[in-house]
Amino acid sequence: MLAFGTLAAWQATGRARAADQVVSHSQPLSQNAAEIYRSLADADATAASAFLLAGDAPQAVRDRYRADLDTAARLLAEAAARTGSSSDAQQWVATLNRQLPQYAGLVETAGADNRQGLPLGGAYLRYASKQMQESMLPAAERLAAVEAAQLDGDYADAGAFPWAALVLGGLTLAALIRCQVLLLRRTNRVFSPGLLGATAAVLAAVLWLATGSLSARSDLTDSREHGAVPLRTLDQARIEALQSHTAENMDLVARGASDTYAARWAALTGALAGPLAGDGGSRTGGGNLALARAGAPGEADAALARALDLFTTWDGRHQAAAKSNEQGDYDAALRTTVGASDDSAEGVFTALDQQLARAATAEQTAFTRSAKGTDGVLDAVAAGAAVLAVLAAVGVIRGLGRRLAEYR
Amino acid sequence: MTGVAVLAAWLIGAGTSGAVGPATAAQPRAEAAAPQSAQDLAGGCEDRTAAPSPNESGPKVRQIKQRGTLIVGVDQNSYHWGYRNPQTGRIEGFDIDLARAVAKAILGDPDKVTFRTVPTAKRIEAIKTGQVDLIARTMTITCERWQDVAFSAPYFASGQRLVVPRAAKVTNLEQGLKGKRACVADQSSSQALLKQNPYGTADVKVVENQLDCLVLMQLGQVDATLTDTALAAAQAAQDPTVEQAGGQIAFAHMGIAMKKEDTDLVARVNQVLVDYRANGGWRASYDHWLAASMGADPADYLR
Repeated sequence: MLAFGTLAAWQATGRARAADQVVSHSQPLSQNAAEIYRSLADADATAASAFLLAGDAPQAVRDRYRADLDTAARLLAEAAARTGSSSDAQQWVATLNRQLPQYAGLVETAGADNRQGLPLGGAYLRYASKQMQESMLPAAERLAAVEAAQLDGDYADAGAFPWAALVLGGLTLAALIRCQVLLLRRTNRVFSPGLLGATAAVLAAVLWLATGSLSARSDLTDSREHGAVPLRTLDQARIEALQSHTAENMDLVARGASDTYAARWAALTGALAGPLAGDGGSRTGGGNLALARAGAPGEADAALARALDLFTTWDGRHQAAAKSNEQGDYDAALRTTVGASDDSAEGVFTALDQQLARAATAEQTAFTRSAKGTDGVLDAVAAGAAVLAVLAAVGVIRGLGRRLAEYR
Repeated sequence: MTGVAVLAAWLIGAGTSGAVGPATAAQPRAEAAAPQSAQDLAGGCEDRTAAPSPNESGPKVRQIKQRGTLIVGVDQNSYHWGYRNPQTGRIEGFDIDLARAVAKAILGDPDKVTFRTVPTAKRIEAIKTGQVDLIARTMTITCERWQDVAFSAPYFASGQRLVVPRAAKVTNLEQGLKGKRACVADQSSSQALLKQNPYGTADVKVVENQLDCLVLMQLGQVDATLTDTALAAAQAAQDPTVEQAGGQIAFAHMGIAMKKEDTDLVARVNQVLVDYRANGGWRASYDHWLAASMGADPADYLR
């Protein structure tokens, strides 16, 4: 009986710890990893904007680039401190820590060459972007994957049903009932209040453990389905939007030296908002933006609806710029893409990114709200089961003690 | 007028003496290993081009006149040849001047040009699909390319040269390549050349644009770049710590590429080239863009 109590308390506490881990540790780390990726991708897009605008780059663009690098560096330091030293995550953190200053150096060189009017600057920026796209972002992606796997593991631990404790509880209950039936036959005394109390306590403990675990599990499932999973889709959409913006900028940086960026734009925006329709202008629908919206809680939904509208505008700007470039009017393409006005692709993209950020904040809040209570529930389950088991033990001792005394 | 006639004879006659023509001309400057490659690359196909003619009644020329603008495939990344000046936002350079001369001749206005940037590897495709009327983009005339496109008469004598960091103290091509990591642009003559004769290179890095080679060289990831003579000079002009090393190999000519069917345009462009040299346009453009990096005397490039 005490064994049942101990096991029940232990299993429920373990789950409570996993639930706490989800909220306080693995989810923030997983979100941090996503944020590292986003800062790096944003730095790449912003570096290209600043390069294209050269001397005309507004302070805001330069500040944004610096802020991205600072954020990435700060979050990398946090991730290094919070992940275990043996973890796979450390390896990717180290890779990123090593390459971040290299990348910044390449971007500086590109800018310096460009200001002197040397076409070499564009080649440098393409090299820097290639390092970001082919080495740093994949490392950040691996880091995010490691953290996401950790989060999934904690979810599974927290949501696991405490079968061992329940089986033991059932056995204890059966033993108690058998004991009373035997006593009934031997002593002809119908009920012992102690044993009856113990039976009731064990039954209550088993029910308490079962319903408590079930309730915590449904809370966790809720936080996962309405928090972590939509947040991941949203992060994905945000990254795709950013990367599309980078591809669009780099296409202009390349000035026709490469046609890989146009292909990249097509692939990324296809994943984000569905492939282009046969008319070459509209989108056939689908994509991660729509998917993120489908799973979004109320507050995020409005932001995502606005984001979808903004994407259509952005797509139109991009096509206009591509047409100008095609006709040989590079300057018009440049103005349409990175011009200072809010109408430029850059302006529309920034507004879109803000809406996605708004949606992400709303979803993060919703997640924390639904996951927070879970560890409390599981702690109560552990304490309740332990108290009831002790009560049951006391009942058994008293019940059996009286019968034994009668024998003397 | 006799001057023009002589120049025309030179231009068109460059290959009339047969395949050995350009190769023989290259001998004094070419290195020992070069002649075989030179023949294979340039191969005397320069003489396949149409005779110069001022006639503008052909279908392609009429189409351009009707459109009112000449669509030219160019590069925006070849310093002093075809590049976008970030200060002015204009595409400038030797090749660009040439394209404007063609526009001026056919349309009466050097500004009636639409410049469309074309990556090195897409030059042939851009012509075949008719995205551009012609390509003026440091393009070497080769027999292999003649299978897909038509070329004008040569407008610049070129070849391949090695660019290396000054610190490497390279004195000849073999030394600069043997056991070294070389870099070439995809689909370039340099790539074809190293495929024929690797010169003992340890590794050949293929990139999209020859400028990517200069980046890799500055970062110490490759030891040498093999590229067109013209572009080698452009690299050295952008980075004083690299230099052109060894002599020129694989002597060849640059030409304006056009669609095979557009024989009327080829003939008209050849006439423009004759006039361009005769009226001093060629020399003025050379002095403005190239004299500083390729030498004050253009005689070598007029062969």
